[in-house]
Amino acid sequence: MSLPELFAERAGDYRAGMHHCTEDDLPAVLAGLLAGASKVVLPPGLPDAWTAALTMPALLDGPAVAQAARPGSARDGRAAALTAAELDEAGLTAVELDEAGLSVLTGCAVAIAETGTIVLDAGPGQGRRLLTLVPDHHVCVVRDEQIVADVPDMIAALPDPRRPLTMISGPSATSDIELNRVEGVHGPRRLDIVCVHP
Amino acid sequence: MGNSSRKIVAIMGVGTVSRELPIVAITPFAVAAERELGDAQLRANLGRATRTIRDKRARVVAEVADWEPMRDRAAAVKDEVLDNLSELLARFEAAAVAAGATVHHATDAAHANAIVTELVKEQRAESVVKIKSMATQEIGLNEALEAAGITPIETDLAELIVQLADDTPSHILVPAIHYNRSQIRDLFARRMPGFTATSDEPAVLAGAAREYLRRTFLAAKVAVCGANFAIAATGSLVIVESEGNGRMCLTLPETLIAVVGVEKLLPRFADLGDFLRLLPRSSTGERMNPYTSIFTGVTPGDGPQRLHIVLLDNGRTQVAQDPVGRAALRCIRCSACLNVCPVYERAGGHAYGSVYPGPIGAILSPQLTGQDAGFNKTLPYASTLCGACYDVCPVKINIPEILVHLRQTGSKPAAERAAMSTLSWVMRDRRRWRAALRAARSGAAPLRALTRRRGGTLRRAPWPLSAWTAHRDAPLPAAESFRDWWRRTHESS
Repeated sequence: MSLPELFAERAGDYRAGMHHCTEDDLPAVLAGLLAGASKVVLPPGLPDAWTAALTMPALLDGPAVAQAARPGSARDGRAAALTAAELDEAGLTAVELDEAGLSVLTGCAVAIAETGTIVLDAGPGQGRRLLTLVPDHHVCVVRDEQIVADVPDMIAALPDPRRPLTMISGPSATSDIELNRVEGVHGPRRLDIVCVHP
Repeated sequence: MGNSSRKIVAIMGVGTVSRELPIVAITPFAVAAERELGDAQLRANLGRATRTIRDKRARVVAEVADWEPMRDRAAAVKDEVLDNLSELLARFEAAAVAAGATVHHATDAAHANAIVTELVKEQRAESVVKIKSMATQEIGLNEALEAAGITPIETDLAELIVQLADDTPSHILVPAIHYNRSQIRDLFARRMPGFTATSDEPAVLAGAAREYLRRTFLAAKVAVCGANFAIAATGSLVIVESEGNGRMCLTLPETLIAVVGVEKLLPRFADLGDFLRLLPRSSTGERMNPYTSIFTGVTPGDGPQRLHIVLLDNGRTQVAQDPVGRAALRCIRCSACLNVCPVYERAGGHAYGSVYPGPIGAILSPQLTGQDAGFNKTLPYASTLCGACYDVCPVKINIPEILVHLRQTGSKPAAERAAMSTLSWVMRDRRRWRAALRAARSGAAPLRALTRRRGGTLRRAPWPLSAWTAHRDAPLPAAESFRDWWRRTHESS
């Protein structure tokens, strides 16, 4: 089994929604997954194409704050144009992100096949940690070449381990009541992963 | 099950400091276990829980081809930490401070509680949100904060249940395993503000906790956490969780206070490669837990802007001096040893009288406090020495070896000491030993006739031997010794 196949199988085991497409189909797939959202939260640095087919309003996280923290990340022109009225220079607050019906769209730094894990490091297209925590729905794009075999390879692949890292393996879950698995306790109740194949 | 709410006991005169710790058993293990064994609900819940997690663990461990070498590597890394503790602590502190954290050193529980309380007061916070943390339970931080007028709010679902019930955890990983859903619903109805649900479906109950805690998270100014790992090279902290309450606490409040046992260190960031594979598989039986957060100091614009790290000793450097017992400090709190232990499975976590239950608790609690604290010296006897705990331990702590070591070094009742020294006098001399055996055989002859139907074992003996037979059957001496048999069958002809 190839790494992308293993990743898809293992992430699917956690009941994350798994979707597959090519680069060309990506805008349409994302628009479909996000169609039910009232607004879409966008971190700085997302590729233009990802937001090209979105029709709902977007909440762009404050570029001033994000750029101070991540000098490398460029502000995305198209998303900014789309959301100029709602642009919040100070960055989105947890209360704003707590609004019902929000989805967040991000990429990831690296993904682990063996465990079906996506790893976010606050780099471009991922943003601050609360963006993928407070909204109820997270859509994450993973490219085949970002997938490594196991945890040690992930650590080796990180550009800088001192960035704030979040490893995500399926939606938030608990088994605290009679060992019954319940999904969505505090983090997003729904996690959709879009695997982009060449 | 009742609310066995723990009274924090003050045990004076252990070493040179007084200790007020929830890791001191206030009842002998055998007495507490007998009480807990009467609780049929507890035994049923525990049996189901331990069996389920045990089977899940076995399945995901079997997937990993290099599991055994990985255990060896992890044990070696933890021993490296214990060998170089002060040097690695200094390295961790330097890296964390360079990344914007403030580092404090706490010698014992009281010291750590005072530091944390002061830091919370500085922020003028009336409450703190907490991530489940064994270190803060060990030092009784919640009680200390309450005494200072600060409300600690546990945000892990099971810890919230236990806190609302004024109870104590019964398992490291699933602390509320002794409650069933209807008990939890009734508890929420009584104690959780705004709870209106009538269903006792786990999804509904978890949803109610989400609503209640969401408001709490958004308003929180200070969070308190522990850490699963602390990386000396980078000053990073690692927190492994499932629900997302950890991420809430690590991301939303302005101030974060981490209480970290000094043994949580790993030398290098790359060491996480093995430990993040070992921990979830050993703990919840998952390939990976839903969320792992790794953060280094303060990141401008992202997460808490004030980070305090309290490095907790509380007996650990003392334990590190014991060449046999120190391996207990390798523990990564996965709780795999609880789930395979025949004693834990029946007696449950409360019987151990400590926030650290099960086999690891039986070697950790008495070492951290000294064996003479409360009834902690009875804990090393809470075992059949079957060794299942050693087999599953991801960092290869030889728990049976340490149990025996603690039994050997712990103080014993006068009667037992007298009996043992008599026995040692008898066994030192061949003739005395043979005479004693002969006396025992002829003395046991009438009993043997009486107990034939039970296979020649004695269920109840009169005092003082009743101390032995209260919890075990006593085998009677054989009718004929091997030597006598040999002489009769080989030498007489």
